[in-house]
Amino acid sequence: MAETSSTKAAARIGAEVAGPNSTSVDREARFPREAFDALKQERLLSACVPRDLGGAGLGMIELAQLCEILAQHCSSTAMVFAMHQIQVACLARHGHASAFFKRYLTDLVEKQYLIASVTSEVGVGGEMRTSVCAVERQGDRFKLDKDATTISYGAHADDLLVTARRAPEAAPSDQSLVLLSKAEYTLEQNGAWDTLGMRGTCSPPFKLRSTGSSERIMETPFAEIASNTMVPFSHILWASCWLGIATAAVSKARAFVRMQARAKPGTTPPVALRLAEVSGTLQMMRANVHDVAEECEKLMAQPDAGADVLSSMSFALKMNNLKVATSQVLVEIVQRCLLICGIMGYKNDSKVSIGQHLRDGLSAALMVGNDRIYATNASMLLVLKED
Amino acid sequence: MLDEIRAILKEHGRITVDPATLADDADLYLAGLTSHASVNVMLALEDKFEVEFPDRMLKRGIFGSIASIRAAIEELKG
Repeated sequence: MAETSSTKAAARIGAEVAGPNSTSVDREARFPREAFDALKQERLLSACVPRDLGGAGLGMIELAQLCEILAQHCSSTAMVFAMHQIQVACLARHGHASAFFKRYLTDLVEKQYLIASVTSEVGVGGEMRTSVCAVERQGDRFKLDKDATTISYGAHADDLLVTARRAPEAAPSDQSLVLLSKAEYTLEQNGAWDTLGMRGTCSPPFKLRSTGSSERIMETPFAEIASNTMVPFSHILWASCWLGIATAAVSKARAFVRMQARAKPGTTPPVALRLAEVSGTLQMMRANVHDVAEECEKLMAQPDAGADVLSSMSFALKMNNLKVATSQVLVEIVQRCLLICGIMGYKNDSKVSIGQHLRDGLSAALMVGNDRIYATNASMLLVLKED
Repeated sequence: MLDEIRAILKEHGRITVDPATLADDADLYLAGLTSHASVNVMLALEDKFEVEFPDRMLKRGIFGSIASIRAAIEELKG
């Protein structure tokens, strides 16, 4: 992994701020405020804003590295960071023709706004490409209300990026993406966020009510934004967070095996074999994530910003395969680390505690349910001919 | 060919309007065609016209309108 000023800053924040607070973030299911203050100070919330608008202009590979680094210290910090970058990427890659969005991105660099995503909705069964709610235009203003099943860090965000049908008469899949400003929306929390893991993402259900000026509605149809940007960024950055979690668990297993070896020099501890095994599985997971991140960065640097390939079915299959494979192998790796560390890994208060990694890791298969993704892939494989 | 494409869209496209009323260049996705339904449309087109869409054609733009579907089939038919 190449070191850059951004990766160095993320490593420092991870070790000095996010890591030391991660247990209280998890226990109290609270937003990782300290880590985000530090990330804002390092101007990492504008990491993928293009350079000509004042941002760091980072591509997929470096963003993925930042997520991977942060997740080794605090999974919730990393996942919130990833979700925010996905929103910024959508604005940066599809809003560049709009004076309003260019101005907004320039402001984001200066003020380090945190953007939350509102794609979930009551009544759509978890299908991101379908909306019930609609943008209601009234002159040069709009009104938009949405009953969201979950808004990650909704209460802590500065702005929201929301999917809705383009107009009241539009089909469920004919969606727009709308950027809401905190001054113009209200969120009524509609339930709690007391979960097994990923507790610091603070993702309860909310009823959203908003208005705004029409320039806040992105012109590119959401269908295109989803396939060309939101899905690839989501699956690669989520997978990078999961890779960071797996790496953290394996680091603990390694530390445990070293401890055992030092206690009895001259004999290889029996669990060292299990460590050798899990180290290979982690390498395979890392290769998968890095390979797709590299391919994506290359595509996005092309003159058409990768639109031709990114909107193809074969690329969608590859993205989906990355998501399903990494979410499954993460749990497998963490469980093997638990077996290696034994009772020391099972304890919540030991230095090699594995419990939180396992609880966090179990969320991966549920963030867009793997069975839903398998169903999509099964359908695409009916017409796709080659790999 | 356009009528046959419209018939297939009517049977498999699950779109919100009658394909008979759609212009050749009307955006099918705006008419409610989902990516899931588009797979069924592709399968029916391959069967009907005895063609196989190569992977390079399996992208949103190709199935974006009745006219673009016709162009793809004509290209494959040579």
